[in-house]
Amino acid sequence: MKTIRIGSGAGYSGDRIEPAIELVEKGDIQYLGFECLAERTIALAQHQKMMDPSAGYDPFLEQRMHAVLAICKARGIKIITNMGAANPVAAAEKTADVAKQLGIKGLRIAAVTGDDVLDVCRRGDFPFLEIDGRVQDLGARVISANAYLGAGPIVQALAGGADVVITGRVGDPALFMAPLIHEFGWAMDDWERLGKAALVGHLLECAGQITGGYFADPGYKNIKNLARLGFPIGEVSEDGNVVITKVAGSGGAVTEATCKEQLLYEVHDPAEYIQPDVVADFSQVTVTQAGPDRVRMQGGGGKPKTGKLKVSIGYLDSYIGEGQISYAGPGALERASLALEIVRERLEITGAKTSEVRFDLIGVNSLHGAASPIGGGPYEVRARVAGRTESLDEAVRISNEVESLYTNGPAGGGGAFKSAREVIAVASVLLPQELANSAIQFLEV
Amino acid sequence: MRLREIAHSRTGDKGNTSNISVIAYDPKHYGLLLQHVTSDAVRKHFAGIVEGKVTRFELPKISALNFVLEQALGGGVTRSLALDAHGKSLSSALLDLEILIPLSDGSAQHSEQ
Repeated sequence: MKTIRIGSGAGYSGDRIEPAIELVEKGDIQYLGFECLAERTIALAQHQKMMDPSAGYDPFLEQRMHAVLAICKARGIKIITNMGAANPVAAAEKTADVAKQLGIKGLRIAAVTGDDVLDVCRRGDFPFLEIDGRVQDLGARVISANAYLGAGPIVQALAGGADVVITGRVGDPALFMAPLIHEFGWAMDDWERLGKAALVGHLLECAGQITGGYFADPGYKNIKNLARLGFPIGEVSEDGNVVITKVAGSGGAVTEATCKEQLLYEVHDPAEYIQPDVVADFSQVTVTQAGPDRVRMQGGGGKPKTGKLKVSIGYLDSYIGEGQISYAGPGALERASLALEIVRERLEITGAKTSEVRFDLIGVNSLHGAASPIGGGPYEVRARVAGRTESLDEAVRISNEVESLYTNGPAGGGGAFKSAREVIAVASVLLPQELANSAIQFLEV
Repeated sequence: MRLREIAHSRTGDKGNTSNISVIAYDPKHYGLLLQHVTSDAVRKHFAGIVEGKVTRFELPKISALNFVLEQALGGGVTRSLALDAHGKSLSSALLDLEILIPLSDGSAQHSEQ
């Protein structure tokens, strides 16, 4: 039975670079995917593009392409990535520049566009899924609207001979589904196979999170050599079943436990994992260790797609002012608590305009709030205040109220930090798929 | 006994919704998870953090449960004031859940007492 090997070279924009190099040098892969777009990244990138039309793609694109492009071309490994962010065409041009610098010839680069649906969303009547209101209600505060496209345009680009495919927003698994559909000739209404493909994509898209990254818990879950973590390879056969593995000798581990954790990562109903191309079913998946660092996953399924695309709307939401300061030694908890009380009172006295304020004791309750256990005082505590405001000036005031605890607050406060920042938030709407038109542009070097 | 002794866990986030998997190390403990790690128990454990519904999905083939916690991330990852805006550390809090082990005489006991 025909099998193909797909490597996952990044699980987010700032991910390590060397594991991708290791994959192309030693992984015996035919495809390399880089998933680099978080929920909000594209909104921020759109913001950059508004200021500079040649910007708006992933800040590490050039570095990643430099690292892998020559060897991928030499070995015929195709690269698929969403590092195009808000500007896939500019990203393709930059990739062409890198290819030229490296003396690579005969490289075909495809830019997939069409995920930018800002105009459609501004004109239409689209209610938000997570917050009250509609896109139109936010008026000029809306800065981006990007639909999660499916694997279709990537498959087309591969069929058109692309060596590198650069997209903006697509469903993360689509980056890995596309080579399967292309290589095995699966139909776009073969729901079961598309469901299996979505499973493969879901397992690979976070890179090191399935090979032992984000997993270690000393004494309970021990993982070796995380400083040299190897990234995953999906070995997929024509029947759609997959073995997850990694380069021999690399750090980390591929075990049933690492694979189960990633199987359920960011999944709600495991029987209905909604993707642009299919509603995948992970509920019957079995996970079996098939050898050292080799885990077989079978039983993925699928149902017809919904016909709607999720769209991330990026909008200017508010500002956040934040300050932190640390206390240590005997009485640290009491002094940090006093610090918070002082700031609380200061915000009242000075009439700070906030819609929401949060007071944390880092080391005590900052992560789990009221659900934190009550216990003995820690040796050191960091007081933290964060408040939401309508203007940057108000946000700065909040951060200053924490910093000024240096000279006005409890004894021994140290290491103060402050920040005031604009918040670009993201909310989603659903768009009928026919309202997003994808297109492909090819560049030849 | 703490849940951590028999299960491992990972948190994921989408908007203002968190999901937390609870996976038995040994399939023989899946029954204990089913019995003790209920939606109710999870909702109570996260009182003050989770404002919405808690739904449990069962995955017997991998001896795992998946909890979906709505309105759990301070208004959503991209705008939350929280230090851990993604709620990534919630899995560790859930593993601290104390579960009662039934004894052979039918009574229940906290192993630490």
